[in-house]
Parts: sequence; structure tokens; C-alpha cells
Amino acid sequence: MADTTEQMLQTAGTPRDARPIKLACRNVWKLFGANAANFICQRDGKASMAEVAAAGLVGAVRGVDLEIRQGEIFIIMGLSGSGKSTLVRCMSRLVEPTHGKVEFEGKDLLKISDAALIELRRHRMGMVFQNFALLPHLNVLENIAFPLGIQGQDRPTREKRAREVIELVGLRGREHFYPRELSGGQQQRVGIARSLATKPEIWFLDEPFSALDPLIRREMQDELMRLQTMLHKTIVFITHDFDEAIRLADRIAIMKDGEVIQIGTPEELVVSPATDYVAEFTRDVDRAKVISARSLMRACDGAEHGGVVAPDAKISSFSADIVSAGKPFAVVNGSGKPIGEVTPQAVIDLLAGIERPRAGA
Amino acid sequence: MTVTASASEARSRPVQLWLVVWACALAAVLAVFLLQDRLPWAVNYPASAIVPVADWVSALMNLIKSNFSWLTRSITAVLGVPLDFALGLLAKNFKIGHGADMLVLPRLSWVGVCIAAFLAGRAAGGWKLGALVGGCFLYIALFGQWTSAMLTLGLISIAVPFCIVTGLFVGIWAWRKPWAERLLISPALDLMQTIPTFAYLIPMLLLFGNSPVSAMIATAIFATPPMVRATMLGLSRVPSEIDDFSEMAGCTARQKLWRVLLPSARPALMVGVNQVIMLALNMVIIASMIGAGGLGYDVLLALRALKVGEAMEAGLAIVALAIALDRLSQAIARNHAKGHVYQEVSPSFWRRYPNLTLAVAILAVTTLLGLFVPAFAAVPKAIIFTTAPLWKTAVSWITINFFDTIEAFRVALILNVLNPVRAFCEGFPWLGAVFLLGLAGYQLGGLRLAALAAALTVFCAVTGLWEKTMATVYLCGISAFIASLIGIPIGLMASRSDRVEKIVTPVIDTLQVLPSFCFIIPVVMLFRVGDVTAMIATVAFAVVPAIRYTNHGLRQVPPALIEAAKVSGCTRRQTFLRVQLPLALPEIMLGINQTILMALAMIIICAMVGTRDLGQEVFIALSKADSGRGIVAGLAIAFIGIVADRLFNAWTAKARARLG
Ligand SMILES: Nc1ncnc2c1ncn2[C@@H]1O[C@H](COP(=O)(O)OP(=O)(O)OP(=O)(O)O)[C@@H](O)[C@H]1O
Ligand SMILES: [Mg+2]
Repeated sequence: MADTTEQMLQTAGTPRDARPIKLACRNVWKLFGANAANFICQRDGKASMAEVAAAGLVGAVRGVDLEIRQGEIFIIMGLSGSGKSTLVRCMSRLVEPTHGKVEFEGKDLLKISDAALIELRRHRMGMVFQNFALLPHLNVLENIAFPLGIQGQDRPTREKRAREVIELVGLRGREHFYPRELSGGQQQRVGIARSLATKPEIWFLDEPFSALDPLIRREMQDELMRLQTMLHKTIVFITHDFDEAIRLADRIAIMKDGEVIQIGTPEELVVSPATDYVAEFTRDVDRAKVISARSLMRACDGAEHGGVVAPDAKISSFSADIVSAGKPFAVVNGSGKPIGEVTPQAVIDLLAGIERPRAGA
Repeated sequence: MTVTASASEARSRPVQLWLVVWACALAAVLAVFLLQDRLPWAVNYPASAIVPVADWVSALMNLIKSNFSWLTRSITAVLGVPLDFALGLLAKNFKIGHGADMLVLPRLSWVGVCIAAFLAGRAAGGWKLGALVGGCFLYIALFGQWTSAMLTLGLISIAVPFCIVTGLFVGIWAWRKPWAERLLISPALDLMQTIPTFAYLIPMLLLFGNSPVSAMIATAIFATPPMVRATMLGLSRVPSEIDDFSEMAGCTARQKLWRVLLPSARPALMVGVNQVIMLALNMVIIASMIGAGGLGYDVLLALRALKVGEAMEAGLAIVALAIALDRLSQAIARNHAKGHVYQEVSPSFWRRYPNLTLAVAILAVTTLLGLFVPAFAAVPKAIIFTTAPLWKTAVSWITINFFDTIEAFRVALILNVLNPVRAFCEGFPWLGAVFLLGLAGYQLGGLRLAALAAALTVFCAVTGLWEKTMATVYLCGISAFIASLIGIPIGLMASRSDRVEKIVTPVIDTLQVLPSFCFIIPVVMLFRVGDVTAMIATVAFAVVPAIRYTNHGLRQVPPALIEAAKVSGCTRRQTFLRVQLPLALPEIMLGINQTILMALAMIIICAMVGTRDLGQEVFIALSKADSGRGIVAGLAIAFIGIVADRLFNAWTAKARARLG
């Protein structure tokens, strides 16, 4: 499992992504309170935190710009109340943004008709909820088939599809159980299966694993990664938990008080945090799992090499080898040419959490 | 932060200010009372200034009656069809044709109905519930109340679905349109739930005549409000995630309501259904006055003829029916709340619904058997018990042996308690009451509450009902006071000991489901008619919320707080007085509020045993079919309830806010 995670990170972490943009937010605002729309229009879509507060409004989402690419796992992080859920609800138009544009494949989502929106949600969007939101009066099979029933599919067709996704999430044998009779992890599997039944292209997950205990949570993360290697959805995923984020993310957006402070790969956030707030977030992270050889390497100084590593290899994948070899490893690019080296001392410093000015930087 | 600071600053001052204000107000009212020779109009509302609201209402009702008789007649005809069917099926047999070639299709066999009741109980709550429900029906059969009870049941079985459907749609509408809820539905529900049961009967009697249909309509209107409330509550409590899910699944508005929200709200809806059934039963009994027939009518006849034994028997049959219906519908509601359990799905109807199929089969077989074996068609005389003579003997024995004690108690109560309070209340200046209630409203809830309290009180005076209003207030007040005096200590004991709670809970659960009529019967046997009987019956009826809320309020004080008090060295008494009681007070006040409202409802029904208050006014209007008089008196009663309720609620809300 760990390999796939790393492969994903390697492919996705490459800068200048060529994949098409699936969903984009352009200066999206969501203010709660009276006359919010007037307030933000008058200011031409610009307002500071203090101005918003002075007008007696709650700035749940403020001026968010971001682009999510096809097939990407895009994670939104932030403290409680920072506006993550509201942002995702703006993206799916569960809440109407006060200002700005949400583009789905280049079309403005806020301008389409209700009928078109229903059509879009029925076939192209899926969502998984923190507390599962399963319907208590339906059993597993019926819950999963429910969105298909809403679309008007007949019973055999929708049950056939439901059984397929039940197979996919490993719930076979529980088809006729009711939500109450399932554990939290199983319930969330049903939630995932239900949102996958319609074969959505973009998949929103709002803290899907927060209500689960740590062991089950890890298992579900693995499950998600497994599904993603098969399905290649565009995923927007909310979490509180930075460890969860670095396990899954292609890119992470950090939110604070409704604003997006920084967007980047986990490594970018760890290596060059934009603000103290971001640094604080990433402080307790196991850096060896995030930082790659490229960030730690220095120019070769002619010493003998004990091995070779790829520039994108995470430190944790070769730290034991390099320390026991006691010699620097060469960092080689795709064509086998050395572009630098990583010393055992640098790795030990990183593992021990010691900050030293990097020699080759 | 600034808000709390200024609030705490402001608090100490106004308390003293209010004390002074109240002292002045009371002094002013006392002055008016003492000067009543000079200011008679301020004490007794002048007869010349009475606004003839009653006449206007009568005129309006007559207008409706004469112009819309085609409508009322067609409503009667339409509703009569299902009602006749239900009554025929359960109680009366179907008679087709006339005279010699009349064909009689039999009603359902009593044996079959008892077994079906048993099966329903077993399906909903296991063998024990099955035995209870089946036993209740068997009791009714063996004690010779079968036909009457089935008449009552037939009316309920038609009224209840009507209530459920109407309540559901009104509730959905109110939930969709917040303005409608605020301006229309909520006030209407409040009014409907405080207007006394009798008052519903009068317009029905006028419009639809003395018939089961008009009783059924009255029942349906009376029993609908809890369903509306349950629907609104259930829908608003559906988790927002489920709402979001339905949007994301691409539900249209209709799909969302019918396939997601309502099914998710099912537990709350089932609670509403239970309440509808119990209210319908209560009302059907009272509606016997306008032609419902059934058990209520038996009680009524027996009470009028002072046949205590018969009244008691019919009353106990009502109790049996009430318990059976309540426990059954509660068990079904609980099953819904628990959620479904996995069962093997089976294609055959018989396998999927074994109890239903079995019940239908048994009903069919026993009913067919009834054509040949009379014992199946009607309960054979030989196995019918009657306890009426027993009750009669018991009552005579008590009256012979304890006549002096009972009489002394009665007279002492009348002379020392009831009469002085009554004199005080009836002499109370109406203007003073308007003023004091307005003042209380202002202190507790601001200008709007003050205006409401004063306006509603003024209504009671200007319609010329002041004295009767105060007579109602007096009896209701004393009864509620005594009920609280009894109920709060019991609740207290229950909160302190699990054993007591275990004993008390089933008793109050049962008391609560009994139709109000049942409380009068045993009391009237011992104390005959009059205010004392009314008071005792009312106390018994209204004591339940005082017990329940006290117990609940004290039990929900967080244990951490009690421990904190103990750790800081409080004695048990101090812990109770300083910590538990203040924290539980809002809840206890809520209980007292409920007690007052229930006492009010009961006092009105006690008009049957000869009180001299607004209830009597409604009762007389009912017997004379004088709609204006009855409706105005009914409104006056509702207004007493609303004033008391609003003031209490405002007070409780304030106390809650203070406790945070
Ligand atoms: N309907 C609403 N009305 C008013 N304020 C709202 C509403 N919904 C959200 N808010 C406010 O918007 C802000 C952002 O809320 P949001 O739910 O998006 O936070 P979140 O980051 O998802 O938090 P959590 O991690 O707890 O889920 C909060 O301050 C919240 O109080
Ligand atoms: Mg959230």
C-alpha cells in the first residue's frame, strides 16, 4: 500500500500539471448575515476580515481562488470553523456563494438552471458525509441503490449496480442489514459505495473518516487509495488531520478564517510554509515521509557513494539503508545521471529534527 | 461581553425596583376593592357595557348554517360512508334492504377481534404485550361492554387516519413556509389545544346535528394538532447532512420530501400518531354528548341516572381500551425508533406478514362461524360478568359506614377552603386583574406580553363573563395548587430513589392515558356532585405533570455539580436547596404550567358534576345548542389557559437564561 501512495505522490507532485482543470473557484465569497451580497458587490469582491466583522457578517469563505485538476486528490485543511465545509458546499452549490464564480469544466456552475444542476448532481458529482447521512429506513442495498432510484432506474438495474459497488467496498453479505446494525467503518463504506454508485466524475468527501477511530480510519484511508488507483476520480477531500492529508494528498490547501493561505504539495508546505500558521500545522509531521531526496541533496563533492536514489524518493524510504551504509547516496535523474548527493548526516539531522543550514542549498 | 456586563449590572437594581412597583400595584388594587362603593364599575363589569359578542357569533353561525347547509349535508353524507362501514364492521352488523327480505351481514366476531388484538400486540412487542392487549379486549367482552367499545373503536378508526393525513399535510406546509407557521399555524395550534373539549362540540352540533358524523368531525379536529406539531418537529430535526445528501443525490423537491425527509422523520411521526390516538379516544368519549354513542354515552347515561355501578363498569372498559391502544401504538412507535432489523426477505405474502395473514384468516373464520354458532357472533350472556352490583354495594357500604367522616371532610373543605377563596376570587376587581396581569406580562416578557395578557383578560370581562371566569380561575387554581402540593414531593421522592421511581412511573403513565371522563366516576360515587368532587377529580387528573417534571428536572442536574457541592462540604440538605433545586426549578415550573393547563381542561369537564363556572356555561350552551354563548365561553377558557401559559413560559425562559 505504501508503494502506491508514493507512486501517486511522485506522479502527482510534478510541477506544471498538464491535466485539464475540472473545477475552479474564482474569488469565491460566502458571507452569512443580512445584506451580504450588497456588501461584497459594493466593494467589488474585496474586503478585509475587519470590514466583514464590522458589517456584522460572518465571513465563512473569503476570496478563494483555486483550481482542481482532473484525477487529482485535492485536500482542504484548516481548523474547525475555518470554512472548509462551506467552501466545499459552494463548489457543489449546496450553499449559494455570495460572490464569485465556480467553474465546472469551464462552465459557470452558478448560472446553470435548477434542472441542469439536478442532472449534474445525479450523474457527475458524488459526496460522502462526516456522519454518513445514511437513510435509517433503508437497508444497505436500498441505501446504495437510492440515488439510482431517484434517477428513475428500474429495480433490477439499480440493484445490479448496487451489488457491484458493494463488492467494490467489501460489504458483501451485508446487503440486507440496516444502518443501525453496522459499525461506523461499515456505515462509511456504505456512504462511499452510495456515492460511487452513480459513477461520479468529481467526488467530495467532507471529513469522511473523522467519526471513526484511528485504526479504522487508517484502514479506510488505504481503502480510499485502493479505490482511487482503480477509479481515477477527481477528489476534493476535507480533513483536520495533517497525517491523513499527507497520506492521501496530491495538493493541500490550508484555510484560516475563510481564506486559503497556501496551496501546495505536502512537501512544499513542509519545506517552505508561507506563514507561521502553516508552519505550526506542519510542525508535528513526520518529515522523513514528506521530504524527498531532491530537497535534501547537495552538490556532489566527490566522495564515494553507497547507493543511488531517485530525486522524488522520500527520505523515509532509504533512511535505514543510508545510515547503515554510512556513505552518501547519489541522487540520479531519470536517465541515470547524478544531479547531487544526500549525506547520512543530513538524513540523521532530519530524523532527529535538527535544523542546520543545508550545505548544498 | 458588554451585553452580559450591563445585564448583571442592571439586575440588582430592577429587583428592588420591581418590588416597589408590585407593592404599589397591589396597594392600588386593594384601594379599588375597598372603595368599591364609589367605583363599582371597576370591580364588577357594568352590565350596560357588555359587548354582545355571543350574539354576533350566534348570528354568524346561523348565517353559515342557513347558507351552507348543502355543504354540511354533503360532508355528512360523504363522511358517513366510511363511518357506517367501520361501525357496521365492528359493532352494528350490515343491514341491506328492509323488512322481511332484509339481509344481515354479521359484524366481526368478538373472538376474532380479541385474537387479532393479541396478534397485533405480539407482533409489536412480544408475548407480554400481546397478552396485555388481548386481555384488555377480552375484559371488555366479558364485562359486557363489547358493542359500546366497538362503536367507540370504530369512530376512532375512521377519525385517526383523517387526523394523521391532515396533520401531516398541514405540518409539511408549516415547515415549508416559516411565515405561515409563525403567523397562522402556531397560534392556531395553541388556541386549539387550550379550547376546552366541550366547546368543539357546539359548532359541530349546530352544523352537523346530533350524529356520529358530527362527533367524528369534532374528534378529528380536536386530535389533529399533535400530528401537525410532530410533523414540524420531525422534519426540522432531520440531520442537515441527510438534507444535503438528498440535494447531492439530485432529488427534486418532491422526491426529497417523500423519499428522504419524511421517512427519516418517522420515529417522531409515530410519536405524533400515538398522541393522536389517545386524544381521539378522549374526545370520542366526550363527543358522546353529540351522538357519538359508545362507551362515553354509557357513562353519561349512568352518571345522569346516578347509577354508579354501571358508570364504573363503562369507565373501566374505557380504561382497558385506552391502555390497549396506548401500549400498542407506543410499541409500534418504539419499533420505528429502534430501526429495522435484518430479516430474510421472502417472496410470499404469508411469509412476509405472518401475523397480518393469520389475523385476517382468524377474523374471517370466526365471523363465518358466527353465522352458525351464536357464541361467536355475540358474547354469550352466560359468560358475561357484571360488577355493577358489587360496586353499588361497595359504595353503599362506604357511605353507610363512613358517611359522617366523608361528609365532615367535604363540609370542612367547602367552608374553610373553597368558599373563602371563591368569595375572594369572585369579588376581585376586573380592572385590577387586567392591571396586575399586564404588569406581570411586562415584567416577564415586555410590552407584547403585557398587551396580550391584558387584552385577553379584558375579553373575559367585556363579554360579561367576569364572575364565571373568576369562578373557573378559583377552582382551577386551587386544584392546580393542591396537585402541585401532592405531585412535587412525590416527584422529589422519585428523583431520590430508583425504587420509588419504578413504582411511580407505571402509575403516572397509566393515569396519563385515561380519558378525563374516567376520573369523575369514582369521585362522584363518594362525594356526589359539587365543587369538592370537581376539585378532587381535577387534582387526580392534573397531578401527573407535576410528578413527572419534578422527577425529571431533579434527575437531569449534572452529577458533576452535585459532586462538586459534596466536595465543598455541603450537607445533603444544602446540596438539595442550593444546587439541585435552583437548577431544576425551570423544569419544575414547566411541570406546574402543565398541571395548570390540565387542571383547566378537567375543570371544564367537571361541569357535568355541577360546578358553577365557565364550564357550566359551555355545558348549558351545549344542551341548548346556543352556539354564540358556548363559543364565547370556550374562548374565555382558552384565554385563561393562554395567559397562564405565556406568563409561566416567559418566567421559565427568564430563569433558564439566568442559569445559562
Ligand atoms: N448557516 C450558517 N449561518 C451562519 N454562519 C454559518 C453558517 N454555516 C457556517 N457558518 C459559519 O461559517 C464558518 C465556517 O463554517 P464551516 O462549517 O465551513 O467550518 P469548517 O471548517 O467546516 O469547520 P469544522 O471543521 O468544524 O467542520 C463558521 O464560523 C460558522 O460559524
Ligand atoms: Mg465542516
